[in-house]
Amino acid sequence: MSNTTHHPAKLSLRGVRKAFGTNTVLDGIDLNVAEGEVITLIGASGSGKSTLLRCANLLEPLDDGEILFDGVDIAEPGLDPDPIRRRIGMVFQSFNLFPHMSVTKNVAIGPRKVLGTDKATARAAAVEMLTRLGLGDRADAYPDQLSGGQQQRVAIARSLAMNPEVMLLDEITSALDPELVGEVLDVVRDLKADGMTMLFATHEMAFCREISDRVCFLHQGRILEHGPPEQIFGDPQEPRTREFLQRVIDAGRL
Amino acid sequence: MNQRTRREAYEQRQRKRSLIIAFLSTSVVVGAIVVLVPRLPRWDRVRKSFFDGEVFADSFPRLLRAFWLDVQIFTWSVPLIFALSLAVAVSRNTRSPALFPLRAAAVIYTDVFRGVPVILTIFLIGFGVPGLFDSRSWSNPLIWGSAALVLSYSAYVSEEIRAGIEGVHESQRAAARSLGMSSSQTMSTVILPQALRRIVPPMMNSLVSLQKDVALVSLIGPIEILRQAGLDKSNAANFTPYVAAAVIFLAVTIPCTRVADYLLNRERRRTGATAVS
Repeated sequence: MSNTTHHPAKLSLRGVRKAFGTNTVLDGIDLNVAEGEVITLIGASGSGKSTLLRCANLLEPLDDGEILFDGVDIAEPGLDPDPIRRRIGMVFQSFNLFPHMSVTKNVAIGPRKVLGTDKATARAAAVEMLTRLGLGDRADAYPDQLSGGQQQRVAIARSLAMNPEVMLLDEITSALDPELVGEVLDVVRDLKADGMTMLFATHEMAFCREISDRVCFLHQGRILEHGPPEQIFGDPQEPRTREFLQRVIDAGRL
Repeated sequence: MNQRTRREAYEQRQRKRSLIIAFLSTSVVVGAIVVLVPRLPRWDRVRKSFFDGEVFADSFPRLLRAFWLDVQIFTWSVPLIFALSLAVAVSRNTRSPALFPLRAAAVIYTDVFRGVPVILTIFLIGFGVPGLFDSRSWSNPLIWGSAALVLSYSAYVSEEIRAGIEGVHESQRAAARSLGMSSSQTMSTVILPQALRRIVPPMMNSLVSLQKDVALVSLIGPIEILRQAGLDKSNAANFTPYVAAAVIFLAVTIPCTRVADYLLNRERRRTGATAVS
């Protein structure tokens, strides 16, 4: 798959394969993400979107293929994943905040433990980050005291606190009530405006259309079709893509 | 908002009813015991040999002094149990292949010490290990009795901690690792703090149980309360010292059990749904 830009790829997946037992989840994925590019992954549940993101963050070991991050293969078996993970941010569908820590500590813990930032600096930076995401007044709250939308914004802040070069967003609005989705998507919009490189699995088609530089349609572990959103949504080539989009339209989600 | 809701009124009627029923049924049971037991044919002899007021009063202060030793054994055993069981539980949760011997040792240890009765462990270690040393200072039964208790109980408590560790959802580990934390940082800052909170109640139960089993150390020598009760029994030719010892144990274990229940309920309320009657 060729790049739409001339920049070298920030993150590049080549022939990535992953199976759980006899169930092949990723069946030869090739994908280049250029610096500053926002790529969304769409497709039915089970099409491999989440697994692709988890593989990109080395949370799942690959069976085959390589993942180049700034040109270095990070999927090489036996490589220490920790230094790579701290440069790649990940936000999960179910937030995964640490329930025993205050919101501020959730955000400060990464820099403190991993980057060795001292406590006061990490705390101040965490509060600043939370304020930037509109959560300055909830800095001392615990995750269980927040709404889903607020929790997800904290999770994004926790990830951003590490100054990641790439963000992987795994269906970050799927666990939210409809009226809370907007506040989280606003944050993603801001990230794009700041030039963040993002790989974003989502079911929010309208937003996907708005924010993507490129859209990839996944089906049974393969990227069946990819291109700018106008093309994928306006003139999809593959019958599977059309079928999927028709189902989404029927469900009233586009 | 002073008006009682329909539900509150109903619940109050129910409470009153339950209270009356409980009171009546308790009176019947206690009444039956008080009336019937003394009518058993040999009650008089049992009363004399188990519930003799004079023997009780004579033995009680001595037993209380001996009980101090039980308290001491308990007090120094608890932190050791906590440290050892934590180490064993964390060892069992390591994933590095280099640490396989540690994992294997932890598994064998828990299997062996959970499978052997506490009293046998006390005998084997209490009589066996001192034989390894020349010096008499190493033959103190207090040391080896306590060591046996620690080894036995850590096997149980480590399983409780392990269950707590495994009860923390895998997604917490994923979140921590995705920040770039190492697996040991993940364990100490994310997994263990959550696991330990959950296992306080089952651990309290183990401590109540330990509190009683301390008495077994007497079987290899030290004169603690059980042993003292045995001596007093022989001197007075009367079983009342055993009853007195039981009273002293209950005075400690019952409050402990209540605290454990309270913690258990609080944890259930915090994490669970409404109780279903």
